[in-house]
Amino acid sequence: MNGAQDLGGAHGFGPVVPEPNEPVFHAEWERRVFAMAMAMGYTGAWNLDGSRATRESLPPAQYLASSYYEIWLAALEKHVAAAGLATPDELAAGHALEPSKPVMRVLAHDGLEARFRAGFPSSREPAAAARFAVGDPVIARNVHPTGHTRLPRYVRGRRGRVERVDGTFVFPDTNAYGAGENPTWLYTVSFTAQELWGPSGDPGGTVTVAAFEPYLEPA
Amino acid sequence: MSHDHAHSHDHPHGSDLSPVEARVRALESLLTEKGYIDPAALDTLVDLYENKVGPHAGARVVARAWVDPAYRVRLLSDATRAIAELGIGGRGGEHMVVVANTPETHNLVVCTLCSCYPWPVLGLPPIWYKAPPYRARAVIDPRGVLAEFGVSIPESTRITVWDSTAETRYMVLPMRPANTEGFSEEALAALVTRDAMIGTGLPDSMPPTAPEMPL
Repeated sequence: MNGAQDLGGAHGFGPVVPEPNEPVFHAEWERRVFAMAMAMGYTGAWNLDGSRATRESLPPAQYLASSYYEIWLAALEKHVAAAGLATPDELAAGHALEPSKPVMRVLAHDGLEARFRAGFPSSREPAAAARFAVGDPVIARNVHPTGHTRLPRYVRGRRGRVERVDGTFVFPDTNAYGAGENPTWLYTVSFTAQELWGPSGDPGGTVTVAAFEPYLEPA
Repeated sequence: MSHDHAHSHDHPHGSDLSPVEARVRALESLLTEKGYIDPAALDTLVDLYENKVGPHAGARVVARAWVDPAYRVRLLSDATRAIAELGIGGRGGEHMVVVANTPETHNLVVCTLCSCYPWPVLGLPPIWYKAPPYRARAVIDPRGVLAEFGVSIPESTRITVWDSTAETRYMVLPMRPANTEGFSEEALAALVTRDAMIGTGLPDSMPPTAPEMPL
């Protein structure tokens, strides 16, 4: 969706301000939100793509005025309610008023570190041959889906080149809504800075994105 | 904190909580009571990502690549596997790509759409990486962003920006600093900053008079 999350190329946000000796978390509540988001994702009630879709579906003014973990918190509350895991009344009350809904699994302390150090790969076996090869000229489709997508606006309609065929992966645009993993070819596609930004683009500069096959057409 | 305490919203201490703290506490109490989460597991997750996973892991990878040319080749061709050789991997780094800085090319990593970042090698991202200014400008004005980090790249060096739009996670392999001949892997790793592995920084430099064999 053309939401507030799609920030590439936007002006007006001011300078980058690094914080010296920045801590990993800035408050105890941030620790709990981070961990709750991980643990609730683990239940299987939704997936990583669904989490991103929910975060970026916050109203733009709210998204831009919120801190990072405030966005996570708002999306988590929204997702819990949307998945039917708790009612808005229960969220407001902070305790259960109705029976729980079964979830696929609950993240336990035992084995947690090993599980997270092993990771959760999103690569899948291909269902078809790759349409593009390294070196192919491609155009990022000029499409504007209202749902979740990982094709940023700043490359749409622009001409690039396939630099690498990355393999087949879970397709976020459908997976976000529980509409199937639909393993899809993923490509690393490069664009010259001037193709993206015109004469003001950094001379000689390149920007690459990881683009799923449906985002691309032959140039 | 006892189970009961977490539910006592009329407890005098409740008034000390900010609105966001109260919301978070209510949510954790509710999800715990419903049996969806185990607070002990949350503690373990926080400890893992606050105290164990961090840029020291990425620095080990970089130092190994600096001293072992064969490892460097493996790292640049199949980063996930090469990083796993050092016992490093996991969530947010299942599909790694390492890109090498050279005199001709400087690499910069961003996630314009959210906050994708290679957790197993760098830990959780800093605020600036997740905030709009960096996400907006890294792709359109990389030299301006680098200048704000105090990094000046020669005009003749081309900049490649890697926007993390899928589950691929990128780490920059910086160039080995001058005057580090004979350094141990550990001493080299100590020069590798987090920002050098994002591309918004360079490794710490060594003056020509540096001792040849630090501990």
